[in-house]
Amino acid sequence: MFGLAIGHLSILLAIPVLGAGLLLFTPRRQTPTLFALALFASGLDFLWSMKILQLFDGKSGDMQLVERVAWMPAFGIQYIVGIDGISIFLVLLTTLLMPIAILASWSVQDKVKEYLIFMLLLETGMLGAFVALDLFLFYVFWEVMLVPMYFLIGVWGGTRRIYAALKFVIYTMAGSLLMLVAIIYLATRYAQTEQALTFDLLKLYGLHLPVDQQGWLFLAFALSFAIKVPLFPFHTWLPDAHVEAPTAGSVILAGVLLKLGTYGFLRFAMPLFPDAALAAGPIIVALAVIGIIYGAVVAMMQSDIKKLVAYSSVSHLGLVMLGLFALNLQGVQGGLYQMLNHGLSTGALFLLVGMIYDRRHTRLIDEFGGLWKQLPVFSVMLMVVTFSSIGLPGLNGFVGEFLILLGSFDVRPLWTAAAATGVILGAIYMLWMFRRVIFGPLTNAANEKLADLNSREICLLAPILFLIVLMGVYPQPFLQRMQPAVELTLKRMATITATPVTTDHGTRRESKRDGR
Amino acid sequence: MDVNIMPLLPTVQVLLTALVVVVRDLFIEEHQPKGYLAFISLLGIGLAVAEILGLWGGQEGAFADSIILDNFALYFSLIFLLAASLTILSSIHYLRQTGIHEGEFYALILFATVGMMLMAAANDLLVFFLGLETMSIAVYVLTGMWRASERSSEAAMKYFLMGAFATGFLLYGIALIYGATGSTNLNLIGDFLVEQPSDWPVYLIGGGFLLLVGFAFKVGAVPFHFWVPDVYEGAPTPVSGFMAVAVKAAAFAAWARILLHKLSPLDTDWVFPLWLIAIGTMTLGNLLAVTQSSIKRMLAYSSIAHAGYLLIAIVVGEEWGGLPLLFYVSTYACMTVGAFAVLTCVAEGDDAHENYRDFAGLGFKRPFLGLAMSLFMLSLAGFPPLAGFVGKFYIFRGAVMSGYIGLAVIGVLNSLLSVIYYLRVIVAMYMEEGGTEGKSFGQAPYVYIAIALAVIGTIYLGVLPAAALNWSREAFSALD
Repeated sequence: MFGLAIGHLSILLAIPVLGAGLLLFTPRRQTPTLFALALFASGLDFLWSMKILQLFDGKSGDMQLVERVAWMPAFGIQYIVGIDGISIFLVLLTTLLMPIAILASWSVQDKVKEYLIFMLLLETGMLGAFVALDLFLFYVFWEVMLVPMYFLIGVWGGTRRIYAALKFVIYTMAGSLLMLVAIIYLATRYAQTEQALTFDLLKLYGLHLPVDQQGWLFLAFALSFAIKVPLFPFHTWLPDAHVEAPTAGSVILAGVLLKLGTYGFLRFAMPLFPDAALAAGPIIVALAVIGIIYGAVVAMMQSDIKKLVAYSSVSHLGLVMLGLFALNLQGVQGGLYQMLNHGLSTGALFLLVGMIYDRRHTRLIDEFGGLWKQLPVFSVMLMVVTFSSIGLPGLNGFVGEFLILLGSFDVRPLWTAAAATGVILGAIYMLWMFRRVIFGPLTNAANEKLADLNSREICLLAPILFLIVLMGVYPQPFLQRMQPAVELTLKRMATITATPVTTDHGTRRESKRDGR
Repeated sequence: MDVNIMPLLPTVQVLLTALVVVVRDLFIEEHQPKGYLAFISLLGIGLAVAEILGLWGGQEGAFADSIILDNFALYFSLIFLLAASLTILSSIHYLRQTGIHEGEFYALILFATVGMMLMAAANDLLVFFLGLETMSIAVYVLTGMWRASERSSEAAMKYFLMGAFATGFLLYGIALIYGATGSTNLNLIGDFLVEQPSDWPVYLIGGGFLLLVGFAFKVGAVPFHFWVPDVYEGAPTPVSGFMAVAVKAAAFAAWARILLHKLSPLDTDWVFPLWLIAIGTMTLGNLLAVTQSSIKRMLAYSSIAHAGYLLIAIVVGEEWGGLPLLFYVSTYACMTVGAFAVLTCVAEGDDAHENYRDFAGLGFKRPFLGLAMSLFMLSLAGFPPLAGFVGKFYIFRGAVMSGYIGLAVIGVLNSLLSVIYYLRVIVAMYMEEGGTEGKSFGQAPYVYIAIALAVIGTIYLGVLPAAALNWSREAFSALD
């Protein structure tokens, strides 16, 4: 089979590009064909990722389905891709959200062809960043992602799209270019100590650098990822980009792109520079907690629903960072779980906001009220997603938040307590928004003729809602597959740092929770 | 004396082609079509490229080693010929539109190329100087060839005065070095420097510095960059592209062979000034590029900034900077020639259509031009997986490898600055409305071919750079 020659992950990366290539040669007038093609390519990629999940061995923490091809052999640059328990679900999240985002783009009428091409290229960029195991390759995908997103915001965005798009690119590049220097320096140090040129992540993990060098390198990596997350105070690009982006762009931006920041911490910044990560822990946690509370407070003050959701992302991702830097199993696992939760619930929130915007051409909370009677299906969906977002037990958000707080409480009880108040604030602004939009009397006459969700919209929300419930009541299949990889990452950090990381402790807690 | 003329073969080939073009031009009636002169030129260039590929790997000296045809010279000759052929392709339509004399134009491009090839192969300061003058005089004339345009004449005048000034510096530097070492042959000068590792007369170092200033003028490095924007803006657009790429590449070729390699024992004296020049060139070039409203002028400043990146490789020294320098020149050639070709395609003869607002909506009116220009801009800004990124990556890698981490950091911050103005072109093309139509493929087919070739080069060098990197390595290691 040709799968032997080209590995599974390469096919995963190739499908969207091939789809984009087909689109390039499709006449631009045939809008339905264009959509069908894009949907087909992204759907096929989703099915392919399911096949990868099937092949994936959840008991192993190692990289799987690894492919290595020499790319620039003289400089030790290789094409290495692989997947483990940390990246597999993020890959699945990407492949799941992409067809949904394309299906949600029905309202795009202008320049559909280019729009869909950029969406598919974006998918390859994101997937590539999740599976790349060579730092050079990772950097390439990391930057490649920027270009389609830049176009998506800049061409199909709102009124301040050009400003938002440029800000997005400049912020992201500011971080990533310094990371490039750090990557080069890291490879240089490896070349000096091991006499071999390589950008292979798995080999670079074994490099033990002195603490002061780790500090600088960590700083460069962390800056790049912190901007992407975004960690307070690097978040200012996010509200602009989110608000101006078209619906599908916001879904992908919030659902997947932000995860690349947290993923970057977990995959690169932390295990490559464990001492520095440990030393920087308190600062990052402080920024994360400030972000949680600040994001929540600012979200509460917003009159525009989309802006509210955007600021809630700052708050939620702060929570993810809190979990990651607890550096124990529950914390990291919770953080990883919360990444998926945020991808699903915020993705769904942006979709719902987009649907209501398509009908009313406004997103101001004051314009709505009493939609319950007029739009029952919409209201129910918004309710489920709101509950997921605030972490109601029984839905996915709870599992993630609980694990994060549990893991973090062991290490930093005070900061965790502060973060917990942020979670409460989150419940307040979400429920308040929900009440103002859905309940109360239907006073605004413009809302009286609104049509409820059509079958296409229900279809594209259904898988997300299904997962929200599934991940809430039955998290075990997910957590189980994450665990070995997370443990391996923590072990990597622990063997290098002298400080013991409470993995035993963590496992005990974990089993206790399972037995509950 | 045994005269080996093999090393001159490609150069003579191009020279003969130029003469054929000039002579044939004389016998064409006033209003007859002259387009096929371009194809004669392209044919000659094609033959020269074939000869170069055949000679690759050899190393032969001629005329008492005052010319050495090694891989280094061949590599740069390829870049010059490539730039010349793309320039010719993109000027065929432009010349008819502006009424510039075709025969002389192609011949002058070829004469300039001959000069450049001599510069890359020169192993003697005097041969280098001859090559430089052959190139420069041809390019002065090319700049002023559009006689109907005042800007063109002004640019030619400016370029000529500034160039003559720079030539003076170079010649004086050569004289001082000759006085100190007793030779103009680079091998003998190199031997002298090795045999007497210290205790050099002041005027030797002074001569080195004068050479440095001369080169800095030619590549448009800060603080000797003032002529660049005006000259590039005023010159006919294809000529601007040719200057930005080939002239700059030729100056860097000579710089690499003479200062970076042969006179490298002197470099302890000039490393710090060069470091300053590199930083100044990058930063000032990028800062001023941001403020431009004309894309042609922006590209001029961008070429200054790129000279700054190349200077990083020079500062880094031959061990870590040589290969990146050569590779970067080839990536820079593809994307810059391409960008100027797109500009040629959009401009309507007169100077009115070179501003950002003229590009508004181009991405949807002329999808191919928009796509190509986007690729060139993204590549110039250093986005992977395009040529510009790989080039920059190796330059910064060289800097980090040899301990110039600060320089690498300033370099990447400059790249960030450059993103602002390169993306503005894309903003105009895709996110704004209005502007000019641009020419369709039917109106100017050859420019489209030139652009397509540049696109292929930009993508190829970005995605599969291994082969080109290998060539750069073979070329640089050919310097003994």
